[in-house]
Amino acid sequence: MVETGHFALVLAFALSLVQMLVPLYGARVGNLKMMAVGGPVAVTGFALTALSFAALASAYAGSDFSVASVWENSHSLQPLIYRITGTWGNHEGSMLLWVLILTFFGALVAVFGSNLPATLRANVLAVQGTIGAAFFLFILATSNPFIRLNPAPIEGRDLNPILQDLGLAIHPPLLYLGYVGFSICFSFSVAALIEGRIDASWARWVRPWTLVAWMFLTGGIAMGSYWAYYELGWGGFWFWDPVENASFMPWLAGTALLHSAIVMEKRSALKIWTLLLAILTFSLSLLGTFLVRSGVLTSVHAFATDPARGVFILCILTLFIGGSLALFALRASRLTAGGLFHPISREGALVLNNLFLTTATATVLVGTLYPLALEAVTGGKISVGAPFFDLTFGPLMLPLLAIVPFGPLLAWKRGDVLAAAQRLMAAFAAALVAVLVTALFIDGASVFAALGVGLAVWLLCGALTDLAVKSGLGNVAPAVVLSRFTGLPRSVFGTALAHLGLGLTLLGIVGTVSFGTEKILTMHAGETVELSGNTLRFEGLYPAQGPNYSEDRGRFLVIGTDGNAKGEISSAKRFYPVRQTTTTESGIRTIGFSQLYLSLGDEGNDGSVVVRLWWKPLVTLIWGGALVMMAGALMSLMDRRLRVGAPSRRRKPAGAAPAASAP
Amino acid sequence: MTRKQKRLSVIVAGLAFLAAATGLTFYALGQKASYFYMPGDLATATVQPGQRIRLGGLVEKGTIVRGQGATVAFSVTDKQKSVKVTYTGILPDLFREEQGVITEGSFGADGIFVADSVLAKHDERYMPKEVADGLKAKGVWQESKSQ
Repeated sequence: MVETGHFALVLAFALSLVQMLVPLYGARVGNLKMMAVGGPVAVTGFALTALSFAALASAYAGSDFSVASVWENSHSLQPLIYRITGTWGNHEGSMLLWVLILTFFGALVAVFGSNLPATLRANVLAVQGTIGAAFFLFILATSNPFIRLNPAPIEGRDLNPILQDLGLAIHPPLLYLGYVGFSICFSFSVAALIEGRIDASWARWVRPWTLVAWMFLTGGIAMGSYWAYYELGWGGFWFWDPVENASFMPWLAGTALLHSAIVMEKRSALKIWTLLLAILTFSLSLLGTFLVRSGVLTSVHAFATDPARGVFILCILTLFIGGSLALFALRASRLTAGGLFHPISREGALVLNNLFLTTATATVLVGTLYPLALEAVTGGKISVGAPFFDLTFGPLMLPLLAIVPFGPLLAWKRGDVLAAAQRLMAAFAAALVAVLVTALFIDGASVFAALGVGLAVWLLCGALTDLAVKSGLGNVAPAVVLSRFTGLPRSVFGTALAHLGLGLTLLGIVGTVSFGTEKILTMHAGETVELSGNTLRFEGLYPAQGPNYSEDRGRFLVIGTDGNAKGEISSAKRFYPVRQTTTTESGIRTIGFSQLYLSLGDEGNDGSVVVRLWWKPLVTLIWGGALVMMAGALMSLMDRRLRVGAPSRRRKPAGAAPAASAP
Repeated sequence: MTRKQKRLSVIVAGLAFLAAATGLTFYALGQKASYFYMPGDLATATVQPGQRIRLGGLVEKGTIVRGQGATVAFSVTDKQKSVKVTYTGILPDLFREEQGVITEGSFGADGIFVADSVLAKHDERYMPKEVADGLKAKGVWQESKSQ
């Protein structure tokens, strides 16, 4: 089975070369048969990669330690679920997952793209094949997961214990669906540059893919953040770690792309900019892959460092980013410029959104790469962390968030800020009340905290105002409002939901950062501790045995005001003997939207234990908001005009006509 | 304003915005980035009390003292010099003697380094990269430790 997987991988590489060359040449000389090769080859390539991945997964599930990758990252005593998820809990398997998802998206274009112009479809698949070929070669040359060991070891070396977790099982696939999903936007852009033609229908095809990728990337980042929050035991949700930034930059650029693609689709403007943004977004995804996979950063993601891998990915990075930007420089001037619009308009607001988002992306890029560049040039070692990003990213985000509610209320072409402001009066009043209530009635609220809460309420009410205005609330009879409301396009709900989610996430961040409390203390069994109105009693440490670890579990009872126990929180110190590693399992109790978070420290000689306790108000909204944003993306995807596979049913897209007559 | 003036003002506003963002970024890099030192480097470098730095090295054997509550004192060494560090909080799971660590904080007036965060690696196989590089540069790196 392992050799079958290895063989399938080599075949998939060979097919990716075919997919790269034949349709591209076919499109160039106008040979329909050669262009048509792309589709079946893409689907077959995906099937072979899936077979290869399944072979590796079965080697992991069956603990076949004759495979080097399995031996290094698995153990027969691990629960089955972690034996399976361990498939992508290491460098080789993770890269295989990367190409699996890449070929999956290629196959989707092949299957659903039957109504694309033949040349565009051929070029898109060829570019997709090129990316695939580069990464297949990378895997086969430097990160082959199918290398055998002889003689086969009897037992494996175990998966890194902090990766033995459900959150980690979900985080990489989601993140990769996002990262790699942007490859489609990249391929469409490069294909448009190769053809030298771009029109509004191009945006209608690219936008659903952007939405899909953005949705998964949002989920992947949120999942990674939640995993770090509960698994690392530090109680933080975002560390501005370079590895986090690596996924955050494509998200910021992707968010900008999502918005500029709307302008392009609706108004045929910002064409060249949208195309550039699509290239940049995937370039940042590649950069993220490089940062995380090459070992230039030391982190939990750098499973092993091998200089050859770093150099190889750097070559891929240079080839694709350099190549696509060079093509852009050569061809962009051929593309026709789009329509004009007044600065005060929906388009203008979206341009402003893009200006802020891309500048914010640039600051994150500088903060992430500067330490690496400085070390390479001068050997000096610095760390750029939260203080830097608070000072740069923060001031860029605040004005952007403040203008978000205006955007959807402005008309296309020429908008009226005053009219929009009038409609937002209620939202503004609500935000003002929120600021005053926070400042006056919550102890210890700083001015920033009050303004932060106000900004979040402004975003939430702004999103609702948009829905209310579009369904005519206050202008027409309630029954008409209801029928208008249910008749609104799904994309309107999508926008409102995404902006609502943004407000919720902001509220969660402000709540946790401004009103969170913490205590560190040494506790003996029977002692109680009080934090922000919650009382906990330490019951003692209880040893327990897991499948591949032993643990000391500290149990704490949550005591209600009447003195009775309301529930239990437990946190454990786990020891994994194979890797000689200790981990902390934090204890979390969710109360409303807030959480009580507890993690155990060192044990004293007298049975005491150091306990760190946090009260995290509204913290679940941070990830809940991300879920709402994802729901918004899903809602937009279900909009009739964007439905995947049915890009335009009502009228024939302009780009389709000449292609149909292509020789 | 004519159409041309309008367009020009939009462009000027955009450029001013970018310039402000760039200025802020470089200011923040100068002010907010913290430099990495090892104990031996501190003799030559001038680090003011209160200036945020990252101090890395090995936890010196036999220096870990658990004091009142959750406060811990230990020394960080690069086998040439060592620096006393105090930290209040929960130490990482992989914190132990002879283990590479990075502490972040600043020196107090008494010359003791007050750390507000202590990082060890997530995994026993690796040492913080800065520490490993620093030890190699000082010639006190034992290759067996990297395995």
